[in-house]
Amino acid sequence: MTTAEIQQQIIDEFSAFDDWMDKYNLLIEMGKDTPVIDAQYKTNNHLISGCQSRVWLHASFTDNKVFFTADSDAIITKGIVNLLIRVLSGQSPDTILAADMGFLDQIGLKEHLSPTRSNGLLSMIKQMKMYAQVFKLKMA
Amino acid sequence: MSHHIDLEDIRSEFPALHQLVYNKPLVYLDNAATTQKPTSVIKRMFQYYEQENSNIHRGVHHLSQQATEAFEAARAYVANLIHAQYAHEVIFTRGATEAINLVASSLGELLLQTNDSVLVTAMEHHSNFVPWQQLCKRKNAHLLTLPFSREGELDLEEYAALLAKNPKIVAFTHISNTLGTINPIREMIGMAHEKGIPVLIDGAQSIAHKAVDVQDLDCDFFVFSAHKAYGPMGAGVLYGKQKWLDQMPPYQYGGEMVDKVSISQTSFNVLPFKFEAGTPDVAAVLGMETALRFISDVGYDWIGNHEHQLVDYATTELSQIADIRFFGQSAHKASVVSFLVGQIHPFDLGTLLDKMGVAVRTGHHCAQPVMDFYGIHGTVRASFALYNTIEEVDVFVSAVKKAVRMLS
Ligand SMILES: Cc1ncc(COP(=O)(O)O)c(C=O)c1O
Repeated sequence: MTTAEIQQQIIDEFSAFDDWMDKYNLLIEMGKDTPVIDAQYKTNNHLISGCQSRVWLHASFTDNKVFFTADSDAIITKGIVNLLIRVLSGQSPDTILAADMGFLDQIGLKEHLSPTRSNGLLSMIKQMKMYAQVFKLKMA
Repeated sequence: MSHHIDLEDIRSEFPALHQLVYNKPLVYLDNAATTQKPTSVIKRMFQYYEQENSNIHRGVHHLSQQATEAFEAARAYVANLIHAQYAHEVIFTRGATEAINLVASSLGELLLQTNDSVLVTAMEHHSNFVPWQQLCKRKNAHLLTLPFSREGELDLEEYAALLAKNPKIVAFTHISNTLGTINPIREMIGMAHEKGIPVLIDGAQSIAHKAVDVQDLDCDFFVFSAHKAYGPMGAGVLYGKQKWLDQMPPYQYGGEMVDKVSISQTSFNVLPFKFEAGTPDVAAVLGMETALRFISDVGYDWIGNHEHQLVDYATTELSQIADIRFFGQSAHKASVVSFLVGQIHPFDLGTLLDKMGVAVRTGHHCAQPVMDFYGIHGTVRASFALYNTIEEVDVFVSAVKKAVRMLS
């Protein structure tokens, strides 16, 4: 699937709910399914700064595609990371670099996108794009 | 004050309280970070810029004189409120942080030599910790840290033992922003003075909640920020005893604080101007005066009783939640409740409370040594102000219960 298709799929899943509580319950459930980072990568090197909760992110590169795994000590943060991973993991560096993550706004998580939020969602996206950039340079 | 105080009347003076967030009535419980402002304060600042604006202490013209008089009247009011002996012992700063930095830098310069020490506590806000730590680094001096108990109380025997090491300066908080502990500052100041050591009290968390009498306390310095006491951001107070302020070198240099300047040298102005370099935030200082008048109109007795009820009630109600842990359980506590529930991350809890219209603080509260002591990364903190109601506590507690159910 393209990133746009995955984003649409997520938007559809969330639009089944009007109530913020149901949306957050879904996010919390998704937090439980986040592709688990290998314990050896749960180190300060893989910690994303700017988050009130701790987030570890790891990226690997196989067949010209980037694969992400992550973990966080906060479940809502994990749910959000899960969404990012669903959209960006398994994509090419160029696709990741070009990806517009506007769907977060459409599913009612807009407040998490503000640069002043201390949950570091923007830092996570930035970090994922940075990995893509690095892998892209390696390919060349 | 003996007249009847109606909570609804008080609330009606705070426009920011009457709004919906995510379509839910705002329940504002982040007062230890900053309080909302009454209309009188907002109007006072507005009026200054509409009618009185001009630079102070300089002009011969009417407006400048009027502004200068208002500014100096604010100083006299603050001095009177905290029972300073002289108005010139009140220095206006940007806030508590700047006041502490001023003292750390200037008194530090005056008193601290290599291998000397400064004594603080482990429950300080970073603002009353890092300036001393960095001072000690600059001077090759030692920072002594008084620990606290699991309940969140300082141990006076340990304090005496650290005083025996003859620190040159002692600095600690009146009320802990994280634990809510009200420290026995009068006794602690007395103990330091027996050894002739000056004491700075961080009053950032106390001025909105407790009457302060600096002469009775006999503290050498007392600092606070207006914005945590219903006043504007950008103004605060450093009270210092004249005998120290006179000896201390200036902190910043510029206009206003000088007496005579020539190419080769400068002599400095008298107190308080020696420590007020540059144009101050006049509107904020006037807003601060109005805020402090508001507090004293309501009365510290009423505020103390009311907030005590809120904290007691909140603590009792929250105690019903399984696996809740409170941080800061001193018998002498101000209006702060810090807690965690089971393994739930404070960020998760805070995020869901926010969705329910309840504003709390989550994280380390700028007191990482406190978090280290408990071996945690943060807490959820609800902090109350005079305008909070029992009904709001109910909303808050049921929101916590709901969030815990969602996260468990
Ligand atoms: C105990 C304490 N000291 C100092 C400060 C710093 O105050 P300000 O940021 O207004 O300078 C705070 C603010 O949270 C505080 O709680």
